[in-house]
Amino acid sequence: MVTRIPGITKPTATDLPVLKPFLPRAHPVLHTSAWLAGFSPWMGLVLFLPLMLWPFASHAAGNFTIIDAFGTLWNWVPFLLKSGFLFNVIISVFAMLIGTIAGIVLGLGQISKITITRRISWFITQLFRNSPWLVLLFIVLLAFPFEITVFGVIIMIPDWMKAVIGLSLPIMANISEIVRGAIMSVPTAQWEAAESLAFSRQQILWRIILPQCFKRMIPPWMNWYAILTMATPLCSLLGVEEIITLSRQAMEAENNHPELLVPFYSFALGLFFIYCYPIARMTMYLERRYAVKI
Amino acid sequence: MTSKTTEVIVSIKDVHKSFGDLEVLKGVSLDVRKGEVICIIGPSGSGKSTLIRCINALNDIQAGTIHVCGIDVTDPKLQKLELRKRVGMVFQQYNLFPHKTALENIMMAPTLVLNEDKETVRTRAFALMQKVRLEGKENAYPGELSGGQQQRVAIARSLAMNPDVMLFDEVTAALDPETVKEVLVTIKDLAQEGMTCILVTHEMGFAREVADHIYFTDNGVIVEHGPPKTFFTKAKDPRTKEFLSQIL
Repeated sequence: MVTRIPGITKPTATDLPVLKPFLPRAHPVLHTSAWLAGFSPWMGLVLFLPLMLWPFASHAAGNFTIIDAFGTLWNWVPFLLKSGFLFNVIISVFAMLIGTIAGIVLGLGQISKITITRRISWFITQLFRNSPWLVLLFIVLLAFPFEITVFGVIIMIPDWMKAVIGLSLPIMANISEIVRGAIMSVPTAQWEAAESLAFSRQQILWRIILPQCFKRMIPPWMNWYAILTMATPLCSLLGVEEIITLSRQAMEAENNHPELLVPFYSFALGLFFIYCYPIARMTMYLERRYAVKI
Repeated sequence: MTSKTTEVIVSIKDVHKSFGDLEVLKGVSLDVRKGEVICIIGPSGSGKSTLIRCINALNDIQAGTIHVCGIDVTDPKLQKLELRKRVGMVFQQYNLFPHKTALENIMMAPTLVLNEDKETVRTRAFALMQKVRLEGKENAYPGELSGGQQQRVAIARSLAMNPDVMLFDEVTAALDPETVKEVLVTIKDLAQEGMTCILVTHEMGFAREVADHIYFTDNGVIVEHGPPKTFFTKAKDPRTKEFLSQIL
């Protein structure tokens, strides 16, 4: 067996049992944030690079110049931001809000003393955690009515709101797992100490256990927010107005010049990076700060 | 010992407890009178900790009866909270709530469980901090305190509930030799004030000095018991003798 020993540059061969150095590792569920935060901040510029270079490459092919491509995009930028990306943000915020509230309820259900509650919560969690997001979105979009009547008042449900519900389902399931995992991470000795002081189960959970693991839930929670935001373009497949849908419409309005494809989509990619990168960095920072200390 | 009343406060009769196939307690009986201090000693794995955890229903038992302050612990309709208001427990690993200060740790249970007035509890908590000789550490978090200090806060936390019985589960086992003494002094003070104490301990010197009665458990049964004077000098059972010869 070849093992690396810290401080020794050469790989050392040993078949003795070696106590590996302790490496504080990222939370196992933080893959996305760890990957995203691993980039240098300049990556944002790199993502915009095709935006600037593509027109050069395609310049020779037609009479659509780099200036034209830029100018076209520039004209559309305010629209893409205000009617497009803003909706991605709105969808992600609301989906996160609903997903978090439902996820906390479901997560607490998973540790309920009542067996049936626990089983059902577990099943719902696993179901939505392991379903393809796009399928969930389709089901919600097609199954939900476009209007509901409450006390005789007809309330229209816009598509973006359905998208919010569709996206909040997988978020709910993953938050449920985060809550369950965080509660499980508190040593059982804390439960026993609290029980021996005659606290009720409710009190133990809300006054003693949850306040201790609340901080530990924040990094994985933010991680899921970044994943969710990056998943919002899925809604474009369903015709919900967001940046990708609008980019496509804008390009159509500009006579579908193929030279526009890369600049427009790179612009969207860059926006997502600019929005999610700080979240990922913050996530990793908090993860290091709140690393379990017992 | 003459001052002790004869009222039995904890009565354990023929208790059996198994974890799966492993039988940990095989018929243990003992009585504790009000104001008495008893020490349970014995090799590890002999069921000492399990026994005292049964007293406040942290562990359930398969057979036998336990009565604490007139409450039947084996009653299926047992009001666990009522029982635990009467019985305080201190653990080996302190188990203070890390997100609360020392004072808050002490105040939490009386205010939330007993619904006592916050200011009254605060006054009592300060007095308890003084009693365990930790004045000035009220606003320290458990992480800022040494093991011995944390354990004394844990004792104060249990005392704040005004329990009738205190259980100590190897409370000095995780401490440095120098800090063991400060915790033992605190327990000794309590014992002298007439608190009924049940201790699981490895501190033989302490047991000899403070205990009214010593129980030696091995392999899930009480092998021998008696007042410290006779127990330490005139042990009859060979297992007790062997254990004492190793530890003394």
